[in-house]
Amino acid sequence: MNNFIADASSKQRVLSILVEDKPGVLSRIAGLFSGRGFNIDSLCVASSNDPGESRITIVTPADHHLIEQIKKQLRKLINVIKVQDLSEVPAVAREMALIKVQAKAEHRAEILRIVDIFRCKVVDVSAGHYTIEVTGNQGKIEALLELFRPMGIKEIARTGIAALSREASKTNGRN
Amino acid sequence: MKMLQSEGVETIFGYPGGVVIDIYDELEKTDIRHILVRHEQGAVHMADAYARTSGKVGVCLVTSGPGATNTVTGIASAYLDSVPIVVFTGQVPTHLIGNDAFQEVDIVGITRPCTKHNYLVKSTGDLAYIIREAFYLARSGRPGPVLVDLPKDVSVGTATYKEPPREIKMRTYNPTIDPNPKMLSKTIDALLEAKKPMIFAGGGVISAGASEDLTTLARQLKIPVTTTLMGLGSFPGSDSLSLGMIGMHGTYRANMATAEADLMLAVGVRFDDRVTGKVETFAKQAKIIHVDIDPTSIRKNVPVWLPIVGDCKKTLEGLNALLKDREIASSVESRSPWLKQIEDWKNAKRLAYEQKDIIKPQYVVERLYALTQGKAIISTEVGQNQMWAAQYYLFDRPNQFVTSGGLGVMGYGLPAAIGAKAANPDRIVVDIAGDGSIQMNIQELATAVQHNLPVKVVILNNGYLGMVRQWQQLFYDKRYCQTTMDFQPDFVKLAEAYGAVGLRATRPDEVDAVLKAGLAETKPVIMDFKVEREECVYPMVPAGKAITEMLLT
Ligand SMILES: Cc1ncc(C[n+]2csc(CCOP(=O)(O)OP(=O)(O)O)c2C)c(N)n1
Repeated sequence: MNNFIADASSKQRVLSILVEDKPGVLSRIAGLFSGRGFNIDSLCVASSNDPGESRITIVTPADHHLIEQIKKQLRKLINVIKVQDLSEVPAVAREMALIKVQAKAEHRAEILRIVDIFRCKVVDVSAGHYTIEVTGNQGKIEALLELFRPMGIKEIARTGIAALSREASKTNGRN
Repeated sequence: MKMLQSEGVETIFGYPGGVVIDIYDELEKTDIRHILVRHEQGAVHMADAYARTSGKVGVCLVTSGPGATNTVTGIASAYLDSVPIVVFTGQVPTHLIGNDAFQEVDIVGITRPCTKHNYLVKSTGDLAYIIREAFYLARSGRPGPVLVDLPKDVSVGTATYKEPPREIKMRTYNPTIDPNPKMLSKTIDALLEAKKPMIFAGGGVISAGASEDLTTLARQLKIPVTTTLMGLGSFPGSDSLSLGMIGMHGTYRANMATAEADLMLAVGVRFDDRVTGKVETFAKQAKIIHVDIDPTSIRKNVPVWLPIVGDCKKTLEGLNALLKDREIASSVESRSPWLKQIEDWKNAKRLAYEQKDIIKPQYVVERLYALTQGKAIISTEVGQNQMWAAQYYLFDRPNQFVTSGGLGVMGYGLPAAIGAKAANPDRIVVDIAGDGSIQMNIQELATAVQHNLPVKVVILNNGYLGMVRQWQQLFYDKRYCQTTMDFQPDFVKLAEAYGAVGLRATRPDEVDAVLKAGLAETKPVIMDFKVEREECVYPMVPAGKAITEMLLT
């Protein structure tokens, strides 16, 4: 698998943003994107390992010029500690999805076989459906959805991409 | 309160209401001067102009809900013009927040995109530190407005006062002040090599206090200087190296020079669309060196050859220091054809108008310039009045011209004049106004009279929303939809009703007399000049055109 989530010329960028965990931070960031006409393809927020900090991973389509502006604008926000463009460094990116798929009697075996091949898990079973948990890169999740679609997908919940650089983090400053 | 005094606050512009009564109660016990305005928008523009003309942070205090929402236009204007102000808004008690309580509004949410930063204070104990941080953020780096929202229980509550450290260190905020020395020497090389260099200066030079350094650099190297609207006064407008203003209503020579220059040293500017015109064509021949404290300004709109992130003053000081060891005479010599070319452009197409039997607005501004020896502080409204003020009053000093540049707020000028007067009681302060704009915050005349802040208002009265009418004349076949404003109050009587003085001139030969009488008055004055109704501001670059495509008459 490619170490780079996307190369420099590609349009999908993954930004990893370390922020102070203060009220309104998320809306400052979301507001910056909407107010300046930047797009968000996916957004994932959770606390980081330092108390008082959160990590936000945003996937945004942008060319070279635009991504520079987005990064600078993010760094300008007072509560932002660090912005890293994971499209430029070796990084790992994963997404988790919960897929509720219709499980008619004639499809059950097939579903379980796919689950097995994709190394996912069935996390809930009821009369009419299975709920399946999958983790992986976006390609894997898309492929899985493609296979389930003919059987009838009732609901999907995706987390959006979470990503980290592979190198040990060298800098703590706002770079 | 102690915190405000510790920040050196002497003047607050404000308006009370339910949730800030307690703060006012305490304020009364201090020696801080409170200027009671007539509308909260006025308070913010006053604080803005006070900040620009005093070098201090401007401060406002208003109540929750409508008091807070009334400040939004003023905050947005200060944000776009990078003016350091701190706005304190009252808020309903914390336990009621989110309840749609009486006069509750999420002002922190509303002003998030138009403040440098804002705070909702959750406990009285946090207050001192937040105030320290708010002032620090407002004035440092690229300055800007900061809002502090004070729930009633937080402002009523008590906490032991522990003065926070003077020096603030913030982990997430640390603007780059010192420019990269390598970039500086590269800049000097480029400046000395260039055959057709120009300097392009903006409001950043003024807010960094770098005007003198800029002037030294330009004069030593004999490099012509153009400025943005916000940069007027950063380089003496009457200097022979001054090209005047650039952009949509810039001078012929400034715009032509921009198109021809081989090197542009851009300092404290953001290449706004009113400056660049069609951006693809802007300064096409020039290598651009861009100095700015805010990295987001660099390469936002135009490609930059050499970016320098840093304080404008530090950078210009650095350049001047490097220049000491360099031989400059031959380089200056080699550029005389360039200066000659600029002189030719100047003589070919000067700013001009013809004064016949009806008063020309430009004439009023020129006479005001003459009668105040170019020394007044000038604020403006927005529209033609603003552009004529920028073109015909030559500003030799920074912070002498106070205008809502980025947001273009009609109604800015009168409160701004009052704020400037509060900071500079000994200076003459004049608002150059349009008859439309002046009606947007006319109520502040009461503030001026009550607080004995004798500002002068010069209305260039054309009975139109002139600038919009000009666009309609030039680009909409003269369809003057909703821009005729010939129904208007009698401004002389209106002034008198407020306890100010009203004067009027209807003929060119009355202009001087009215200006002289008005300037001599010790009270606030409105001078109503009935000017040529359909005069246009020229040059004009139609929106979206290259700045060399100027309409000249
Ligand atoms: C608050 C606000 N509303 C509308 C505008 C749009 N606008 C820009 S200039 C202008 C006309 C101003 O007319 P006036 O004050 O009479 O000045 P003049 O152009 O005639 O000098 C208008 C309506 C604005 N800049 N600000």
